[in-house]
Amino acid sequence: MQERLQDESYKSGKRVLLNGNQAVAEAVKIAEPDVIAAYPITPQTPVVEKLAEFVAEGVLNSEFVNVESEYSALSVVYGAALTGARVFTATSSHGLAYMYEMCWWVAGSRVPLVMALPTRSIGAPWNIHSDHSDVMILKDVGWIISMAENAQECFDLTLIGFPISEELNIPYSVSYDAFMVSHTAEVVEVRDVELPKRKQAYKILPNSEFALNAVTVNDARHKARKTLMKDLENSRRKIEKIGRCFLGEDFSLAEKYRVEDADYVIVTYGGWSGDFKDVVDEMRDEGVKIGLLKLRFLRPLPEEELKEISGDVLVVDRSALYKFGGMGGEIKRIIPEAKNVIAALGGYEIGYSEIKALVRRFVSGKIGEVEWYP
Amino acid sequence: MSYFGPGHGACPGCGFPIAVKSVLEALEGKAFIVNPTGCLEIVSSMYGRNVWGVPYIHSLFENAAAVAAGIEAALRVLKRKHEGHVVVFAGDGATADIGFGMVSGAFDRDHDILYICYDNEAYQNTGNQQSGLTPPGARTTTTPVGKRQPGKIGKEKDMVSIAVAHGIPYVASASVGYPNDLKRKVKRAVEFEGAKYIHVHSPCVPGWGIDSKQTVEVARLAVETGLYPLVEFEHGKLVRVMKIKEKKPVEEYLKAQRRFRHLFKHPEGKKIIEELQRIADENIKKYNLLQQ
Repeated sequence: MQERLQDESYKSGKRVLLNGNQAVAEAVKIAEPDVIAAYPITPQTPVVEKLAEFVAEGVLNSEFVNVESEYSALSVVYGAALTGARVFTATSSHGLAYMYEMCWWVAGSRVPLVMALPTRSIGAPWNIHSDHSDVMILKDVGWIISMAENAQECFDLTLIGFPISEELNIPYSVSYDAFMVSHTAEVVEVRDVELPKRKQAYKILPNSEFALNAVTVNDARHKARKTLMKDLENSRRKIEKIGRCFLGEDFSLAEKYRVEDADYVIVTYGGWSGDFKDVVDEMRDEGVKIGLLKLRFLRPLPEEELKEISGDVLVVDRSALYKFGGMGGEIKRIIPEAKNVIAALGGYEIGYSEIKALVRRFVSGKIGEVEWYP
Repeated sequence: MSYFGPGHGACPGCGFPIAVKSVLEALEGKAFIVNPTGCLEIVSSMYGRNVWGVPYIHSLFENAAAVAAGIEAALRVLKRKHEGHVVVFAGDGATADIGFGMVSGAFDRDHDILYICYDNEAYQNTGNQQSGLTPPGARTTTTPVGKRQPGKIGKEKDMVSIAVAHGIPYVASASVGYPNDLKRKVKRAVEFEGAKYIHVHSPCVPGWGIDSKQTVEVARLAVETGLYPLVEFEHGKLVRVMKIKEKKPVEEYLKAQRRFRHLFKHPEGKKIIEELQRIADENIKKYNLLQQ
C-alpha cells in the first residue's frame, strides 16, 4: 500500500489535505460555474457549504441559489444551463430520489451539467450511511456516471466532468462513498489547470422561435432517446481524450490493477477498491495470481476492459437490485460466469480482514452465482 | 410571426389565449417563456407545430418557478438581463398545488420574474379534476355530484394573499374579461425588480360548461359579483381595485355554468350558494369594491 501511494507522482499544483467533499468543491472552484444551486442533505452538505464560503469570500464568482428542495436545485441549474451558463449541483440519496423526474428531463434535454453524488443508502429504514443504492437509480437514466475511489479522484473526476459534459451534451455525475470518501481527509493534488470555456449544443436566445421540449408524436421521442443512448454508449473515446488532457496519459474508464496474468479478478468501484487492492497485494505475495478491475465509470460501462479480463471474476456490489447487485447482473451479460456479491448496505462496515476472507472464499471457489455478505 | 398563434389547439372560446396574447403584447415579445405541463403547453407546443413567436421552454409540471429562477439567475450572471423578461405561464394546479413549494421558493428568493397564473379552476388538461383553486360547490370529475356530495366541499386557496404574504414587490389579480386591465398590470409589474405575481381568472369552456361565446361574459360576471375581485398590491400595500358599477348576485354567475347547476336542486346546494354569496360580500367589503 505504501508503495502504491509513493508511486503516485505529483507534478503540478499544490498538495493539500482534503476530504472528498472538499476536493469536489476545489475542482468546482476551478470550473467556476456561473450558477450553483443545491439543497442540504447528509453527506453532501459540506460540498455546498464550502462553495457558499468561496462565493462569500469572493474567491468564486458564481451565483449561489439557496433553493427550497432538491427538485428545485436541479430545476434551477437546468434553467440556468439553457441560457449557456456553466452550472453545478450536488445531492445524495433521498435528495436524488426527490429530483428524479428532473434527472430524466435534463438528460432528455441534452443539457450539460455536473452533479456531485456522495452515495448514500435509500430508506426505509432510515439510514444516512454509505451504499450505492442512490447512484443505481441514476444509472440507466442517460447520464455519464463516474465513481471516485478517493479524495484525489473526487477532485479529478469533478474537474473533467465539466468539459466532458459540455462536449457530449450529457449530464455528468461524480459519485463517491458517503463518509468513507466524502468525509475522510487525504492528501490531494489540487491541479493547476484551466478549463476550456463552456460550450453546448444550443441555448435560448431572445426573439427566437425556439421551443424546447414540445409535445412529441410519432417517432420524435423514440429518436431522441435512441440518440442519447447511442451517444452515451459511444462516449468513451471523448471521455478518455478529455481525461488524458487534464489528468495524464494513463487515464481510462477503468483501472487495471495486476490483472495481466490473473487467474482471478475482482471487479469493484468506489471507496473500498483500495481495501481490495491491498488484499490483492497480500495474496499476490502468497503466490495467488489475482488482480482487480476498478470501474472508474459506470456509464459508459468500460466494456472493453471487462471483455479483456480472463480467469474467474467476482463483482462486488454495494447495492441490491432484483436478485443481483447494482452492477453484477449487467456484468454477467459480458462475463456470464462472473460471480456476484452484495455486501455492506447502509454503512454496514466490512473491514480488511472480512474483505480478505471474502476474497479467499472466492479464490477457493466457494462463492455461488450471487451471495449476500453478510 | 405573432407572439402566440395562429394555429394553437385551444378550444374555441378558451380563456388563456387572451391572457397569453395580452401579456406578450404588453411586453412587446421581450420575454423568455417558461410553461409547465398543462393545457397551454399541450395546445401550443406540438412538435413541428410550435405557435410561440418568443423563446419557449416547457419545464415540467411542478417546477416552472424554479426553471424560471435559474434562467433569471443565469441571465443576471451572464449580463444578458436586457434581452427579455423571464415570464411563467402556469395553470392553477401547477401553481397552487403541485408547484406550490417551488413558487414559494422563487418568491422567497425574490427572483426577477413575472409569474402569471392562468386560473381555470381545475385540472382541465386531464379533463376537469378538482384543484386547490376549484371553488366550493363546483362539479368536477373528482368532486362529482351525488346523493351525499354536492360537488366540491371545502374552500379554495387565496393565491393573491399567499403571494402578498411573501413580501414580493407586485401582486395583482386580473381577468381575461378585462384584457386592457391585464395589459396595464403587466406593464406596471415589470417596472418592479423582483418577483411579480399576476393571477388571471380564465374560464374553461368544457370544464365550466359554458358556451364558447360566453367566456368574456362569464369572466366579467365573476368580477361583477365580487367572487373574483381585481386588486393590485405594491410592496404589500393595496394600491388599486377595479370598482363594481352594479353588483350582481352570485346566482347569476352560477346559473351561467353547468358545473354549478346542481346547486339549485341538490339538498346541500342552498347552503353552498349562501356561502359563495357570503364570500363575494366579504370580498366587496374587504376591498371596498362598490362604486360610491
